[in-house]
Amino acid sequence: MSALPGSTEGTAVTGLDSSPVEPVAADLPPLTEQTRLECRELMARYPQARSALLPMLHLVQSVQGYVSPEGVALCAEELGLTKAEVGAVATFYTMYKRSPTGRHIVSVCTNTLCNVLGGQRIFEAVKADLGVGHDQTTADGSITLEHAECLAACDYAPVVTVDYEFYDQQDVESTRELVAALRRGEKPLPTRGAPLTDFRGVSRQLAGFSQHADAEAARAAVDGPSAGVPTLVGVRLAEERGEAAPPMQAPAPAPTPDVDEPRAATRPTGRTGQAPEKEASDARVAAAGNPAERAGAKTADPDRKGPSRRRTGTRATGTDTPATPAQSGSGEGPAPSTSPSPPTAQREV
Amino acid sequence: MPLTPVLTERYAVERSWTLAAYEATEGYVGLRRALQMTPDELVTMVKDSGLRGRGGAGFPTGMKWSFIPQPKPGETPTGPAAKPKYLVVNADEGEPGTCKDIPLMMADPHSLVEGVAIAAYAIRSHFAVIYVRGEAVHAHRRLVAAVEEAYAAGYLGTDVLGSGYDLEVVVHAGAGAYICGEETALLDSLEGHRGQPRLKPPFPAVAGLYGSPTVVNNVETLASVPFVVRGGAAWFKAFGPEKSPGPKIYSLSGRVVRPGQYEAPMGTTMNELLEMAGGVRPGHQLKFWTPGGSSTPYFTAEHLDVPLDFDSVAAAGSMLGTTALMVFDETDSIVEATLRFTQFYAHESCGKCTPCREGTYWLVQILQRLVDGRGTARDLDLLLDTCDNILGRSFCALGDGATSCIASSLKYFKDDYVALLPADERDRLGRTLKLEPVGAMA
Repeated sequence: MSALPGSTEGTAVTGLDSSPVEPVAADLPPLTEQTRLECRELMARYPQARSALLPMLHLVQSVQGYVSPEGVALCAEELGLTKAEVGAVATFYTMYKRSPTGRHIVSVCTNTLCNVLGGQRIFEAVKADLGVGHDQTTADGSITLEHAECLAACDYAPVVTVDYEFYDQQDVESTRELVAALRRGEKPLPTRGAPLTDFRGVSRQLAGFSQHADAEAARAAVDGPSAGVPTLVGVRLAEERGEAAPPMQAPAPAPTPDVDEPRAATRPTGRTGQAPEKEASDARVAAAGNPAERAGAKTADPDRKGPSRRRTGTRATGTDTPATPAQSGSGEGPAPSTSPSPPTAQREV
Repeated sequence: MPLTPVLTERYAVERSWTLAAYEATEGYVGLRRALQMTPDELVTMVKDSGLRGRGGAGFPTGMKWSFIPQPKPGETPTGPAAKPKYLVVNADEGEPGTCKDIPLMMADPHSLVEGVAIAAYAIRSHFAVIYVRGEAVHAHRRLVAAVEEAYAAGYLGTDVLGSGYDLEVVVHAGAGAYICGEETALLDSLEGHRGQPRLKPPFPAVAGLYGSPTVVNNVETLASVPFVVRGGAAWFKAFGPEKSPGPKIYSLSGRVVRPGQYEAPMGTTMNELLEMAGGVRPGHQLKFWTPGGSSTPYFTAEHLDVPLDFDSVAAAGSMLGTTALMVFDETDSIVEATLRFTQFYAHESCGKCTPCREGTYWLVQILQRLVDGRGTARDLDLLLDTCDNILGRSFCALGDGATSCIASSLKYFKDDYVALLPADERDRLGRTLKLEPVGAMA
């Protein structure tokens, strides 16, 4: 397979250069008929099929761990494009990898804000531990390392992601431990994100398919923690100070009865902890207009399910990740311990 | 100004990302109300609210919606008005310093979904795409789940809530390219191409996705829409200044005691926000900060009382951008910070326009030798000259943004650059330095 008509055997298909394709790993899983059918499913989701190209590239990457020449060819074939056209797209985006990746991808933010707080030091330390540089994979195939541009988590700086799940407020030691654990085959829980699967799994999600075997695992992924201290700091402070947005006036013409739902009971004032949800849940089950809504309303019951329990003890989540001083909140200034309202402590931290 | 959690209020609600929690907190009430209104009434309401785009540019949202060509009653539509309309959500958050949309999508994805449904209805679109940054996997997963729940509950899909209105929504993951946050590059990317900006005009409102009329809105903008509909234009206008009203998520990061998301009325000052965030870390003083991400010119301690709204920040010589307030203190080197930002722009320049592609490369070389102590007396002027050859000379704002940190750092902290020069170069400086303001030659 070659990049352009007339180019020699072994020329990169995904590259604009003529560097030889890396030897294909012996255990590279093949792209199957299933992959092809899934490509077509993606193409059908858009008014124009080519819009599915980015998802399709995520998909072939999820099977083989990178965008292989074979993956490029499959996308090209399905979309009626040349391999050069697909290669041109694949090489534009940093998340499409051009050589086989490790089980996990570790990204260390070294952009300005994280760097000021130690991002570069973290990257250098991990680089030394792993013996690989940017965009390189360890010999045991466990980890691909990269330094990343801003990961949009500056309020949690310095940040590291594993398979793009957030490990917030890291330092050199915590990241070294994290990476060592990954190499041992462990999967420390992220501070924000789903329990780790692997790079291929998360690529499948980005393609637009579930990466999970069953609904329960999928739900657990969705329910992975998302809000740490910095996310909630403003809303907690407002509560503490008794500050709030100006109240909305009741609408002049009430178009449907639904909008007259008892606002006082349903509004998340933040002053009653999780109670409003429960109250409102009951009110809504009664008021729900159709079976689907009713089903949805029932799931409102905050006492219904386990995962929230897992989250209420964030510290428990944190204990499986490398122990960082920051994760215990010490780097974040005081949590509102002076808060007069005990129920706040029960909510997600 | 007090804290006024509106968009962030649900963040603290148990399992806030679920439909159940959302409905329990007046979720989808705005959509129900919107569907009782005509699309034109909605556009007028959003115009009257004064809502301006939260993605950085601050363009009036209702006006953007009104630019979509619509068929005239009684006439057979021709041209763009005859084409399908599209709504595209720019959820490709990646501007250094910016961290407001990803927490929002993680904590309250339904507010975005509801905003999408209302906006799509207002512009008479039946297909909307949420283009999420690829690295934001948890936000992506929460959005996918929220969209599924919304379909199941009848808020999306065929015959939304029995109104006869149909809307399909696709959550689409990007693949790691900052430039795709630029709306026309985003559209090219969404069409399955390299994400490179288009020349404007035509604007997306006339020829956007697939050459059809398209509205591209930011996450925070659309998440504000259900509140505008529920609270009304007058309620929304009660926050902050007349010309750029509304609640705003300010994201503080860096050398503050309590970094994080603080939602307050537009026009809140940095002094007020610093007070909320516990101030600069003890024993240190603020040296420089960005009002809205790395593309906005730096501010200094002189600017702590500038109201942080679109117009006041512009009047003070910077841009509100994404209200990403990165705070640096006296221990941080402004030249090194500027080098890092510039390396980012060089990496993320899509390569389409020569001034940006080559200019950012050379800016990095010059800054690097300054930081390494190998600078020359000419370099300071050379930096500004290079900036002048980028600013306004490329298709999109990436190149312009790359010059902001350089020009403003030289404006406020020239001595920091000079201090990095070798002694003999420093001596020569007095004879050569011009430091013409960027833009003077444009």
